[in-house]
Order: sequence, then structure tokens, then C-alpha cells
Amino acid sequence: MNKRTREPLFHIVKRDTHSLKRIIGVRALAILLALVLCGIVTMVTTGLDPISVFESIFTGAFGSKRKIWITLQNTAILLLISVALTPAFRMRFWNVGGEGQILMGGLAAAACMICLADKLPNGLVMICMVAGSLAAGALWGFIPAFFKSKWNTNETLSTLMMNYIATQLVAFFTIVWEVPKGSGKIGIINQDSNIGWLPELFGSKYVLAILVALLVTAFMYVYLNYFKQGYEISVVGESDKTARYVGIKVEKVIVRTMLLSGALCGLVGLLLVGSINHTVTTTIAGGQGFTGVLVAWMCKFDPLTMVFASLLIIFMNRGAGEISTNFGLNHSYADIITGIILFFLIGCEFFINYRIQFRKKAAEEGK
Amino acid sequence: MKAENAAVSIRGVSKAFGSVRANHKVDLDIYRGEILALLGENGSGKTTLMNMLSGIYFPDEGQIFINGVERVIRSPRDAHALGIGMVHQHFKLVDVLSAAENISLGLHERLNIREATERINEICEKYGFDVDPRQKVYDMSVSQKQTVEIVKVLYRGADILILDEPTAVLTPQETEKLFDVLRRMKKDGKAIVIITHKMHEVEEISDRVAVLRAGEYIGSVDTRDMDVEQMTSMMVGHSVSLNIKREDPVGVRPRIEVKGLTVRNDEGVLKLRDVSFTANTGEILGVAGISGCGQKELLEAIAGLQPVESGEVNYIRDDGSREPLLGKDPLSISEMGVSMSFVPEDRLGMGLVANMDIADNMMLRTCRKGKGPFTDRKPSKKLAKEVVKKLDIVTPGITTPVRRLSGGNVQKVLVGREIASDPKVLLTAYAVRGLDINSSYTIYNLINEQKERGVAVIFVGEDLDVLLELSDRIMVLCGGRVSGILDARTADKNHIGRLMTTAGGREGHE
Repeated sequence: MNKRTREPLFHIVKRDTHSLKRIIGVRALAILLALVLCGIVTMVTTGLDPISVFESIFTGAFGSKRKIWITLQNTAILLLISVALTPAFRMRFWNVGGEGQILMGGLAAAACMICLADKLPNGLVMICMVAGSLAAGALWGFIPAFFKSKWNTNETLSTLMMNYIATQLVAFFTIVWEVPKGSGKIGIINQDSNIGWLPELFGSKYVLAILVALLVTAFMYVYLNYFKQGYEISVVGESDKTARYVGIKVEKVIVRTMLLSGALCGLVGLLLVGSINHTVTTTIAGGQGFTGVLVAWMCKFDPLTMVFASLLIIFMNRGAGEISTNFGLNHSYADIITGIILFFLIGCEFFINYRIQFRKKAAEEGK
Repeated sequence: MKAENAAVSIRGVSKAFGSVRANHKVDLDIYRGEILALLGENGSGKTTLMNMLSGIYFPDEGQIFINGVERVIRSPRDAHALGIGMVHQHFKLVDVLSAAENISLGLHERLNIREATERINEICEKYGFDVDPRQKVYDMSVSQKQTVEIVKVLYRGADILILDEPTAVLTPQETEKLFDVLRRMKKDGKAIVIITHKMHEVEEISDRVAVLRAGEYIGSVDTRDMDVEQMTSMMVGHSVSLNIKREDPVGVRPRIEVKGLTVRNDEGVLKLRDVSFTANTGEILGVAGISGCGQKELLEAIAGLQPVESGEVNYIRDDGSREPLLGKDPLSISEMGVSMSFVPEDRLGMGLVANMDIADNMMLRTCRKGKGPFTDRKPSKKLAKEVVKKLDIVTPGITTPVRRLSGGNVQKVLVGREIASDPKVLLTAYAVRGLDINSSYTIYNLINEQKERGVAVIFVGEDLDVLLELSDRIMVLCGGRVSGILDARTADKNHIGRLMTTAGGREGHE
């Protein structure tokens, strides 16, 4: 009767303490393992030397001064999008409409540049652009929020559908404003007069977006953690019953937060059109409205962590372009590598939250 | 007693969650033909221990013997195979399926509802259950759902039954019925473990009590050799007095006046019909009733959270002037001093935010006070410390998320915060739901303190014995109607039980 029967090989135990050192250690190990796996995959599938592939990923992102600036600028844009989505997500409002809100912001900025260029002085045009794109993004955030608060419609569907409307609106105005007629695109707006081109700071056209992203990230961190409104957002997200019970007007918070989230996405549109591309196309957001969702989730809605996450993703993305030209690999190859790294990074969360206890160890630990 | 005859022998079983020791080297025997009551304070590890038996958790160390043979229970499926079945506190049924479908769900055999129905009827006949196999779960009352859960376990051939707080949601009559069934199963040679906090039920139904304290096994004693005070001392580790002191109300003046209140819920079902009563200062008005008979809607209507179809709710000031509460928003009502602490079934759903720490939860009430866009966390931290100290809340610190606290401590946080706001009217529902006896008495004393301060208390309760001991008057709700308002000092328990179920009681469920 005392013979021990077989215990399972291991079982899973939840950890309740998270030391910062361990968390960083686990993540670093995950990235290392991901790189090793990427190397193996590279060797097996392409026969290339993985070290040189990694090298060109690095030079692709940081190889020259210009490349560094572009990497930082792209990081800034992705960071800004992720941060813009964050207040909505903290409220458990699944805003997957970042794409559309960005497009609308960009469209409004472009409209101001095109229609007001010969009517107003440059300074006023810019003020109109800022106001217009914030308002347009906010409107695109407001509509699903309003429906949600009034009739409890599903925000995931409605924000997603708003994306399509935005894309079609941009497509429509592309035809209205196309230069030259029949080309099917708008081209660089105000190329000669540069009206509505947002100013270069410190002599570099990249600095503005980076600066705005950092400021907004810092503001969002403070807003979510130390503002009453941020506190209300968390309460509504956790339990709208509790929120109602303590007298928070849930509908008001939803609408207010989505106005903010949408307006910040609109701001991204402004930067893309006014500072970076000086034109608007239906693909100007480039799917980053969705990548931002990923970044926000990966960082558990903490704006400060998003700085690193968006840098990592842009770094991989930029490096990918480089290897596709250097080695004649398809651009999708980079997606494979990014996928592997993300898989490890998200998967390692399990090891941060849980501990695997093996049979032998369990017996010893029994004291 | 020899372990050889035991249906289940647990030897040296330990389980830790991180640094929290839920069970430590527990030894326990469970015998056939016996009802064992497992006692312990909240967080003493009763449910964890039983979850290890039923395959939900895996022990860190120790052995489990079933019928004298050591077994490894890796999953609920293993537990089923060994004849162990557990009826959980929260029912795990699919609402849109019928009883028979729920019962045969997840079994690895070909689904044959007709055969299943026959077998269910057999089981019901044998033990005296009252189940219609074709009835959908959403149509069932709480006690019917519980019956389905028990039949489900028996259907799987369990002869070792574990019931986790089965009576928490039942009326006295339903409890009696359940106990009859349990006695019949006992006679049939099944081993039964029941977890409950209601001491008089322990005395009534169990043959033996086993006590856990802070995760450790203290001992087991035959029930007939023990009285409630002794059991409680064994649970708590020191002697406690179990008397609710009930002072006569002083300075009784009407405070809240409810007239002809009629409420429909979101689905358009009538939840309150023509309810009228007055709650007085310095008095505890107990509200009795089967759960779901309009208690929630009543409190929510007073607190401004529930739209009302017709009727009046008035707040009567000290000078006798009336102020209608209907049509005001919850914030301005709570600023008038009407405070509500409603403890729902899931404890956290309303009133607290699970992922926030104690201090931030204290801030829920006060966060909008004060100027400026920033939150001021200092007062809520101070309040959190005070409440933790005053109510003996067991927590690593005030920065621990509330969801990590045990049920009892969660409730203390909620009730503590509501009382700290210096209310004029205290509405509380199920304040001791699932709380162990010691914590319950802490809460009763707090409520009594409020009464002495001249607060008008409306106390919605489940345990009739407590309602009778604590309240000054008892209002009985049945299907959304007031079926009687009685003097608690003279009222009779059986009479109240009848008032809870008659007076058109069934209509309310439709």
C-alpha cells in the first residue's frame, strides 16, 4: 500500500512574485533562443551564414546615419500609434480602428494643405491642419464609442468597419485631387511652396515625429497613472458595474476616452502627411494601426514598455528590407524572423507567470 | 479508526501557491456511510484540499489513497474514474441546454438522450431528487440547478461526493430537502464531504467534523461530542463568543420611505411589485427572501442604480422634510449619505476592482472629490491602512491587488470602505456571504456599531438564524412582493420560511 505510484513528470505552478531581474533574464534568454532558432532556420532553408544575415539586419536598421534616423522615425510613428490605442484598451474597448483614424487624420491634413494653400498664410494652414486632423481622428473614434455607449454595439466590429470607410474616403479624394489628372495619385503636395509642410526641428526633418512621440508617451503614462480620468478608465475597464456603482458615468468615459484615442491616431496621420510623406494614399498607415494593437498588448498597456517593443519591431522590419536586397531573399523572409522573435517574446510570458515543477524537484522541495 | 476502511485517505498532502501555503501536510480520512463536515475559516485551505481530490489541482507533495490503494489524480477525469465527484460553489452548467444534456455533457460515450433520461430518472427516484431531465437550465431555480449538479456527479458513478457550500443559496425548506437526499445517499454507503460555514447545519447533518486551520489539519471529532462554540474555537484557535448583541433601537425616526415601488429589469421582467416600507434610524431592517426575489433591485433602486417603473423613494431629513431619491444619479445619492455595499455572488463584480490594490479601491468613493486633474492617493492609503488594521484584513500590504485576497478579506475591504464614508443609510446585501463564522461576527459587530450611531441599516441576508438575531424588524420578500414585515424579536423561523415561498412566490420567477 505504501508503494508510490507514478507521479506526472512535471506540473505547473503559478508564481506570485515577479522579481524584475528574473523578468529581464527570461526575456533576454527568449530573445537569445529566438535568434538561435532564426539562425538554424536560416541555415537550413537558405544555406546562408546566419551571422552575416544578422549582420545585415543590423546594418539595415543602424548601418548609416540616415538609416538610424529613419529607424527612429518609424519607431516613433509605431510608438505613437500604440500609445494612442492604449487608453481605449485599458478601458477594454477594443479599438482596432487605429488604421482608419490615422487615415482620417491624414486626409484632413492633406485637405487643408490642398484647399487652403492659396487662401491662408502658411502658419494658419498648419494650425488648421493640426486642428483638422485631431478632429477627424477624434470623430472616427467617437462614432463607434457613441454607438457602444448608446446601444452597446460591438466596438471591435464597428471600429474595423470604420477603417474601410476611411480607406474608401481617401480613395475617393485621391481621384478628386489627383495630380496630374489620370495618374490615380495625389503626388507630393505643395512641392514648390512647401505650404503645410511641418517644420524641421534642429535642422532635421526626422526630429519632429520623434519628439512628438516621446512627449505623447510621457503624457500618456502620467495621464493613465496619475490622472483622475486615467483612474476612471481603469475602473470602467475592470468592471463597468463597479464604475456605475460608485457614480462614474460609464458612457461619458467611453466617449471621452475614444475621442482622445482617435485624436491621437489623427495626430499620427498629421505627422505622416504633414511631416514625412507630404502626400496621402490609402496605404499611408501601412497596417501599423494593427501592429500597434500587437505592441500595446505585448506591453500590457504600459506606454513606457512600448518604446522598446516598437523599436524591436521596427528594427526587425528595417533589417528585413536589407536582407531581401542583400541576399535576394523575399521580404517575407523577414516576416518569418520577426514572427519567430515575437513568438518567443510572447511565449516567455508563460515562464514569467508560471513555474514548472519537475517530479524530482517537487519531492525535494517538499521539505 | 483505521485508515484501511477509509474510502479516501489523504496523507501528508501539501500545496502552495507561490509563497502562500494553502495546505500543509494534511492527513484526512473519509469513510463510507458517513457525512463529514470540513470546517475552517476562510482561506484555511478547505476548497484547495478538495480540489486536489477532484483533480483540479495537483498536490506538491503527499499521497492520496482511494480504497486503500495509492492513486495519482492528475485531472478531473482521473477523479471521475475513481468515483470522486465534486459539486462546486459556483455551478458549472450550460444555460441553454437541458438537464439531461448537461448531465451527459463531456462523457466519452455515444450521446443517447433517451437512455440518459432513463438513467437520470432512476437516480432521481432512488434518492428522491426532483428533476425534469428535459427542462432547460435557464428555466431553473438555484436549488434545481444544484440538484442537476448533484445528479450529474452521481450519473458519473461517483460514490465519494464533495459538496462545497451547498446550502449557501438555498431556503430553509430547500436545505431540508437536500439534507434528506444526503442522508439517503449516506445510507446507500456513499462517502460525503460537505463544506459549510453554517454551524447549525453542521450539527444537523454531519456525523463527524474535520477542522483545518491555516492550511493545517487540526483534528476530527464526532459531531455529537461537540457544540458550536467548541467547533468554532477549534477553527479559530482560540475561544470566541458567538453572541450578537442586539441593543434596543434608540432615537427611531423614519429615514427612508419607499412607497409602491415597482421595478422591471432589463429583460422586462417584473422584479418588484408595489413594495412599500420605511427604514428607520438606529434600527436594522432585515430583508429575507430566496435570492433573486428582488433584493438586488430594491437596494439598487434606492441607490439610484436601477430605473424604476413607478413608485416613490424618499429620504427623510432630520427636520422631517422629504427629498425624493428617484431620478437622482448614484453620485448625488451617495453624497447624501446613502451608502450601499452589495456583495454579489462573485464578490468582486460590484463595488470593488479586482486588479487594483486596496488603497486604489478605497479611492473609488473619493476619487472625484477635490480639485485638479490629478488623483490624490494619500488619503486613500491612510484609509486603507486604517481599515486593514481595524478589520484584521489578512494581506501582505495595502498594495496587494484585491483579487489576491481571500473572499472574506475582500468583503471586509468593501464593507470597511462603505462604513468609513460615514453613511446615514447603510444598504448591505449578503455582507457575510461565504464568510467564516469569525469574520461574519466581525461584520455583524460593525453593522451593530452603525446602528448605534443612528444609521438606518437595511440588511439583506441569507441565513435566517442570523437575520432573526441581528435585525430589529424583518421584511420578507417573495417574488418581488412584500409578504410580511415582522418584529424580529418575536418572529418564528418557520413562519418566515413559509412567507418566503408563498404569496405568489412562483410568479416572480416567470
